[in-house]
Amino acid sequence: MHSTDPLLRVEALRSAYGRIEALHGVSLSVASGEIVALVGGNGAGKTTLLRAISGVQPMTGGSLSFQGRDISRASPHARVAAGIAQVPEGRQIFAPLAIEDNLRLGAYLRKDAEIASDLERVYDLFPILKERRRNPAGGLSGGQQQMLAIGRALMSRPKLLLLDEPSMGLAPVLVDQVFEIIQRLNREDGVTVFLVEQNAFAALSIATRGYVIETGEIAMEGKGAALLADERVREAYLGV
Amino acid sequence: MGKLLSHRLAVPVVIALLVVALSFAMPSNFYYRVAALVWISALAVIGLNLLMGYAGQVSLGHAGFFGIGAYAVAVLPAQFGLHPLVAALAGAVATAAIAFLVGRPILRLKGHYLAVATLGFGILIAMTISNEAWLTGGPDGMPVERLTLFGWRVRGADTWYWISGGLLVIGAWIACNLVASPTGRALRALHDSEVAARVAGIDVARAKLTVFVISAVYASVAGSTLALVNGFVTPDKANFLHSIELVTMVVLGGMGSILGSLAGAAILVVLPQVLTGFHDYEHMILGLIMMVIMIVLRAGIVPSLAAFFQGRRNK
Repeated sequence: MHSTDPLLRVEALRSAYGRIEALHGVSLSVASGEIVALVGGNGAGKTTLLRAISGVQPMTGGSLSFQGRDISRASPHARVAAGIAQVPEGRQIFAPLAIEDNLRLGAYLRKDAEIASDLERVYDLFPILKERRRNPAGGLSGGQQQMLAIGRALMSRPKLLLLDEPSMGLAPVLVDQVFEIIQRLNREDGVTVFLVEQNAFAALSIATRGYVIETGEIAMEGKGAALLADERVREAYLGV
Repeated sequence: MGKLLSHRLAVPVVIALLVVALSFAMPSNFYYRVAALVWISALAVIGLNLLMGYAGQVSLGHAGFFGIGAYAVAVLPAQFGLHPLVAALAGAVATAAIAFLVGRPILRLKGHYLAVATLGFGILIAMTISNEAWLTGGPDGMPVERLTLFGWRVRGADTWYWISGGLLVIGAWIACNLVASPTGRALRALHDSEVAARVAGIDVARAKLTVFVISAVYASVAGSTLALVNGFVTPDKANFLHSIELVTMVVLGGMGSILGSLAGAAILVVLPQVLTGFHDYEHMILGLIMMVIMIVLRAGIVPSLAAFFQGRRNK
């Protein structure tokens, strides 16, 4: 890996549902240590892109590289092993399983001795999860489920954390909490973050850089603060 | 009770105690025989429950694997002079290989499509057994050589009661260990959400194939045991109705419950014997009882009762 290579490079990526193309050649990059936000409206292709990066959505063209290696054809579990973890849209926690079992599943591919200490780290971040660790995850509130989904992704020790709409369905105070946690993970644990959001304000406020996606194509890119100040972004996504 | 049952040694110990305790209450050989049939069915049902209750994949063709195990101990000693135990082992290995080859393409299917594909597979096995009369005796079946261990001829319903009971305890112990392992967690995870399981790093296709092969081997071993107990095999144990019976036992006893597998098998093996006194109405009453059980205990016998007692204790 060259030092100039970004952690993740997406090049001219195309993806389709049947004959309907959802992504028409998306290119972007995420460098090590960054928080990069992808904002856009409903149906712009945000989730499709994230699913293509984690490997659960097939690509029809373009390429993906992670740490300088091509991963376009790698299976989802190989991508997890390489260091990419996704917090899927709608959280998708394993509701009937105990909270701790959910977290242990995040470490499914790991064989090392530090799983227990990483579990403690997650409980440190989210004390409520420790309190209720033997209970089925389905009993958690929406915000707690989001925390569990993030915790589960962290258990694979990712280099790159993909977050799909972490603010979806959460009360404003919880949105702030979740975004604080994301910043803390980035700062304290050195996790690189790529998040897609409809809540453009919250996402761009914490982002190093941002991209705006419109109908399957990147429309704008820039520093998080610069996008937040941009007239067109403000009008289209912030409603001011 | 819930906590006790979740321990991986608890369930096999409970079953072992049950096998020992029941042996004191057996008035005749007939009862030993019925109990042995329960243990053998329960063994196959535990395997199927791993696939259905834990991994959430249906199979309407498991009687096919049961039939392969049964005919292995019938055909291999008769044709090649193999010892019945070696034949049973060969049957299990062949079953694993067939399940592996068949499972790869059909486990990509989901829900009803998977059900129909496994159904087709089961029918294929049953047809083969019925048609290849030169080897299998066709629809009339064929005799099975008696099992001899170190010069001791295994015979008698009580002997088979202990052997099949022992196999059931071992099968339950292996299943409990599998369920409590990371693989077991992965199975329950993919049952709940395949996408989330995949992004957690689980190779979903491989996990499904693994449990499919394991559950097929359970059916095969149960089939071999039944053939040895009966001293005779017929194709009906490989056919569609037996597959349905196994699925019914899983659902009736409780999906995702090892003890439930035993309860489901016990009800469907014992009830018809109890109800023979009703002559013409036997099947009607059996159907009625099954419907009432499913309406009252909708999660299956064991999980529903466990939830009920847990709820009462917490009050």
